[in-house]
Amino acid sequence: MNQQTIFDYTIHLADNALVIAQRNSEWCGHGPVLEQDIALTNISLDLLGQARSLYQYAASIRNKMNGNDQATEDTLAYLRDAREFRNCLLMELPNGDWGQTILRQFFFSVYQYNLYQYLQRSSDNTLSAIAEKSLKEVTYHQRWSSEWVIRLGDGTEESHRRMQNAVHELWMFTGELTTPAGYELEAARENIGVDPASLKAAWSQTIAEVFQEATLDVPATGWMQTGGKEGRHTEHLGYILAEMQFLQRTYPDSKW
Amino acid sequence: MTPETDISVQQTWSLLEAVTDPEVPVLSVLDLGIVRDVQVKGREAHIVITPTYSGCPAMDVISMNIRLQLLQHGFEKVIISQVLSPAWTTDWMSEAGKEKLKAYGIAPPNPTQQVCHTKLFADNEAVQCPHCNSWNTRRISEFGSTACKALYQCNDCREPFDYFKCH
Repeated sequence: MNQQTIFDYTIHLADNALVIAQRNSEWCGHGPVLEQDIALTNISLDLLGQARSLYQYAASIRNKMNGNDQATEDTLAYLRDAREFRNCLLMELPNGDWGQTILRQFFFSVYQYNLYQYLQRSSDNTLSAIAEKSLKEVTYHQRWSSEWVIRLGDGTEESHRRMQNAVHELWMFTGELTTPAGYELEAARENIGVDPASLKAAWSQTIAEVFQEATLDVPATGWMQTGGKEGRHTEHLGYILAEMQFLQRTYPDSKW
Repeated sequence: MTPETDISVQQTWSLLEAVTDPEVPVLSVLDLGIVRDVQVKGREAHIVITPTYSGCPAMDVISMNIRLQLLQHGFEKVIISQVLSPAWTTDWMSEAGKEKLKAYGIAPPNPTQQVCHTKLFADNEAVQCPHCNSWNTRRISEFGSTACKALYQCNDCREPFDYFKCH
């Protein structure tokens, strides 16, 4: 197996988790009610933990390829530029209102839930262990975000309108989740990773079920934005990195 | 224990009994069930731990405290490594640990894995109030002050309390 492929695949999973964790954590102290502010912050923490495990593994692969020990979880998170990030565009979008943040988490949690179920059976022992561990956490995330999509969608006139607006804002970014990049196909061929196209039916079915209960319309499938998995991002990622990486860029190797 | 005698694996486990969770200080790392293996070679200890939750910030402090405890009690080298699989479950928590949690005011985890489903708006788990022992309680939030806890309130004595959720 090509080590570069495992590295790219692992980095993609890590970047998804890190970027959405960073976005969600912007709500810390700003949530509409205390309990749900804490819930979203807890979810961020779980995702950050998953990202750490994945970056640690990616760093070990890179070091093996380069024959040194220069890469760490921190250099991967803090010292790469936007073009090197492999997260889906959905993760980096601004939070919008609370409903839009919940909806993005819902789209992602349903995807992660399906992905990790298969990744548990990866022939790569580290990835399968991370998937097994993360799946328990993601089960909570999926349930929590589904219930909130339903509460808000089938709530007041205003919450319904806002949720339906959020669906229209985010829908064109959902296709990328299940559109495979080259390294995903290669990883799937070697039984290291999962071809995300194979998750599409299960993902769509859960979305349709929850939307029906939430009285939200599933948009007709139109043009889907892609590019994030190959490093072509929206303008928003640069701003996230500017904030997240500032300290390490300005004061290299500073410690907490 | 004098530095001249070798430390047994059994003694090492006993030393770990004194290392507690910084966020729930009544629980030792053994009560939590996060120490998965202990190996001793002369003055060198190799400890394998597993995290409760992927992002649990207590894990770094726990590792440091394990290291300090062993270095203070005769070890010269302590290697701590982490495993993720099999994934930690609250079923590994000791019965003594569950008693200590309850006495501390935190409802201990229920034994069965009732959380691992995606069914929506399911009935809350029956959780016993650690203060008045009533089962008439309700969940306020699935996520509490730390990743491992949910927030509940007792409908009888009205006290809010943390529930160490089963995982």
